[in-house]
Amino acid sequence: MLTKKILCNWQHNKGGVNVNLETKTDMKDNIRVSLWQETKTVMKNNIREYGMYIALIVIILTFTIMTDGLFISSRNISNLLDSAGYIAVLAVAMTLVIVIRHIDLSVGYVAGFLGAIAAILLTQAGVPVYLTIPIILVLGIVVGLFNGLLVAQIGIPAFVATLATMLIFRGALLQVTEKSGTIIIQNDSFNAIGNGFIPSLTEVNGLHLLSLIVGLIGILFYVFSEISNRKSKLKYQFEVLSKPMFVSKLVIISAIIAYITWILAGYNGFSWTMIIMLAVVIVYHFFTTKTVTGRHIYAVGSNPEAAHLSGINVKKITYIVFGSMGLMSALSGILFTARLQSATTTAGTLFELDAIAAAYVGGVSAAGGVGKVTGAIIGAIVMASLSSGMNLLGVGISYQYMIRGGVLAAAVIFDVVTRLKK
Amino acid sequence: MGLTPYGSDPSKGGQNMSEYILEMDGITKEFTGVKALSDVNFKVEKGEIHCLIGENGAGKSTLMKVLSGVYPYGTYEGDIIFEEEIQQFHKISDSVKTGIVIIYQELALFPDLTVYENIFTGNEVKQGGMINWNQTIVESRKLLEKVKLDVNPETLVKDLSVGKRQLIEIAKALSKDVKLLILDEPTAALNEDDSENLLNLLKELREQGITCIMISHKLKEVISIADKATVLRDGRTICTLDASKGEISENIIIKNMVGREIEDIYPKRQKAIKDETILELKNWSAYDPQLGRYVVKDINLKVNKGEIVGIAGLMGSGRTELALSIFGNARKYKLSGEMLINGQAQTLKHTSEAIASGIAYVTEDRKGDGLFLLQDIKNNITTANLKGIAKSGIINQNEEIKVAESYKNSLQIKAPSLEQLAGNLSGGNQQKVSLGKWLFVAPKLLILDEPTRGIDVGAKFEIYTVMNKLIEDGLSIIMISSELGEVLGMSDRVYVMAQTELKGELDIEDANQENIMQLATQ
Repeated sequence: MLTKKILCNWQHNKGGVNVNLETKTDMKDNIRVSLWQETKTVMKNNIREYGMYIALIVIILTFTIMTDGLFISSRNISNLLDSAGYIAVLAVAMTLVIVIRHIDLSVGYVAGFLGAIAAILLTQAGVPVYLTIPIILVLGIVVGLFNGLLVAQIGIPAFVATLATMLIFRGALLQVTEKSGTIIIQNDSFNAIGNGFIPSLTEVNGLHLLSLIVGLIGILFYVFSEISNRKSKLKYQFEVLSKPMFVSKLVIISAIIAYITWILAGYNGFSWTMIIMLAVVIVYHFFTTKTVTGRHIYAVGSNPEAAHLSGINVKKITYIVFGSMGLMSALSGILFTARLQSATTTAGTLFELDAIAAAYVGGVSAAGGVGKVTGAIIGAIVMASLSSGMNLLGVGISYQYMIRGGVLAAAVIFDVVTRLKK
Repeated sequence: MGLTPYGSDPSKGGQNMSEYILEMDGITKEFTGVKALSDVNFKVEKGEIHCLIGENGAGKSTLMKVLSGVYPYGTYEGDIIFEEEIQQFHKISDSVKTGIVIIYQELALFPDLTVYENIFTGNEVKQGGMINWNQTIVESRKLLEKVKLDVNPETLVKDLSVGKRQLIEIAKALSKDVKLLILDEPTAALNEDDSENLLNLLKELREQGITCIMISHKLKEVISIADKATVLRDGRTICTLDASKGEISENIIIKNMVGREIEDIYPKRQKAIKDETILELKNWSAYDPQLGRYVVKDINLKVNKGEIVGIAGLMGSGRTELALSIFGNARKYKLSGEMLINGQAQTLKHTSEAIASGIAYVTEDRKGDGLFLLQDIKNNITTANLKGIAKSGIINQNEEIKVAESYKNSLQIKAPSLEQLAGNLSGGNQQKVSLGKWLFVAPKLLILDEPTRGIDVGAKFEIYTVMNKLIEDGLSIIMISSELGEVLGMSDRVYVMAQTELKGELDIEDANQENIMQLATQ
């Protein structure tokens, strides 16, 4: 249980050095803890992780009050999430790059360039959407692997290597858009990726039915996976949350999902961008926490030398992480181009810094080995919420930058301070 | 035994108090409810070498951190009296100003700066606000002479051996007019020659009136150098031993350290050697292109099933490099010669291939390249063999906890839970985590590089016991060690390395400290 003794007494037997190599566990303390105390312990142990969520809730509540509820309106939340999409997917992959102690500065212009290529393929070459998207994604992987080559194979510091590729792709973007200027895309199914919503089937009391169903499935999926997880843990006799605590956790998270679904269903429902974002997080979360390769990434970030001596192929991991960064750059380019319904000469400018900021707000550590992809998404949403809320309040752009900078600094300070306390 | 219990010192009762340069009185230091030090008394006389001894976690480092101001005045109870004045150190520089300088085990030098820059960093020779570099070099020459180090002060520190760097740390301390020099395991990373140099230097500094506190795990050194020795155990002062009364001997020290008699710290095992060669090297050489020289040369070596093969030798003799060249050529040397695993010639190109063919390597430097300090015990144990608990690339996390739990229990890793970060464990427990990680890959040949460096006697014994158990289970072990006692106590056969070559092979019956040392210093 949670009140396991923190202190571990290591005292030698007085009579001699009879070290018996046998099991000695006292897992179960019979001390009852109240729910409140358990909450406090859980909070205390996870303050770093929960801090971000609490910050997000505080930001949302503050803006909701200051805008008389306008901030939390269906339309605004829908817009906010859509506008976070192309940075969020970058932030997810960037988190892994930072986890293995590298950085990728090229992602912004790579996204911009690949978005332009998508536009060219769709408009000038007449390639259908269902081919364009996979082509762009593969190109993204190729670019990412090229960065990986510079970093892992040749050994150039990632900052310099990706600075070089950033310049190259900035030039390439200008090159392909120079003649035509902005390329307008008139393909509806492509543009739907950035602007469209999932079909509604029918409306129930003005609510978007399919979205409600998606939300419901989400809740059921969450509840079932938590319950089966707890069951198997109990089977192996591991520590789990107490029953009332577990149930309240399920209820709270389900309520949050339900509320978000309800808000969104009141407008146009889930957008395609949100679905893509969600899919990216789910896939990356699974990849990083449940697979061998995912764990190897964290091992390499934690101590590259020890990882190498543990039989982990550090080069391969570096390639995989930069490859995934390239893939997400391509996706980001598609989302952004579809959202604007056009490719511009300046697309992608400063995306890399927004993504890095989101990753840091999301709790990744520059020292390597620490950082969750779920955090990156929250980080991206925090940053998007700030922009959105301040826009609603009519805060000038100069102040907006300063406040976002302050929030980034605060997030990193919080991270450093809580880490020291541990 | 005639030991002097603390507090009553009959022989010195009538003498003047002023002969103590340092008195630490009733020091108590708590970390969130855990008492790291409780009512510790520690007195050092002027001009003596006073050794501070105790198992890991006994409170030696904490005591020294209290003394040096790392834990500022007010965060502990008790008094520090230095030169008859109660001191209140709020930060490290306060204690340095008073003349107390600590040299930590992990040296705090700048590898890319020159010797003279290192010596005077933080204590620059200034003239009108500018640094006088010429004077700095002149001064550093004098200091280098004092510590008997014959190097050009303009050499970069990274080009010096560990032993020489240690001397530079001392020169740095001397530049600050040190009265009390504290050394935290100064010889842990040194070979026997350098260690002896260092100890001789300390004796000379004693002649010059510098008082010295030395934390050490090497009892032989303590015996050879200490005037007094204070033993700490579980955050308490156990006793202070006086060399002039003949109280400083291995038996007495160990008894007080662990609170028990140790007849033999090397547990016996049944001979289990089979006539089956696990590993054989023929004319094995490794050339390091970065260093531009051979690091391992013409090695012919054999390891049988169920055998502990000791590799003795001084640091820098190529022992670790030999291990790394066997273990999948982890440092990308240019290899020549032949390696036979189970009688079959093999070329291992990566550490993962070495693991796949049944070789495991527990590194010398646990913190540097052994463990993932920011990850928990569980992750550390399973990292090298995640495939063993995964199905088509997806990890069975319950299985993982079970595996980690079983190693935690069988190796007796002392930690409140599997979620404890490896960085927060004591040296002995960290070493057990490393061992667990490598046992989980189910190796046939385990290479242990300095398996008990920097860990206390109790944990050492536990690790030796594990080694014996593994041998009984049919594993083979190559044990690289600088501790002759360990080599002699645990090995079935001993190879001695010196200057990248194998200088000799000794059966354990014929091996003794003298003939090993003789081969190692060839």
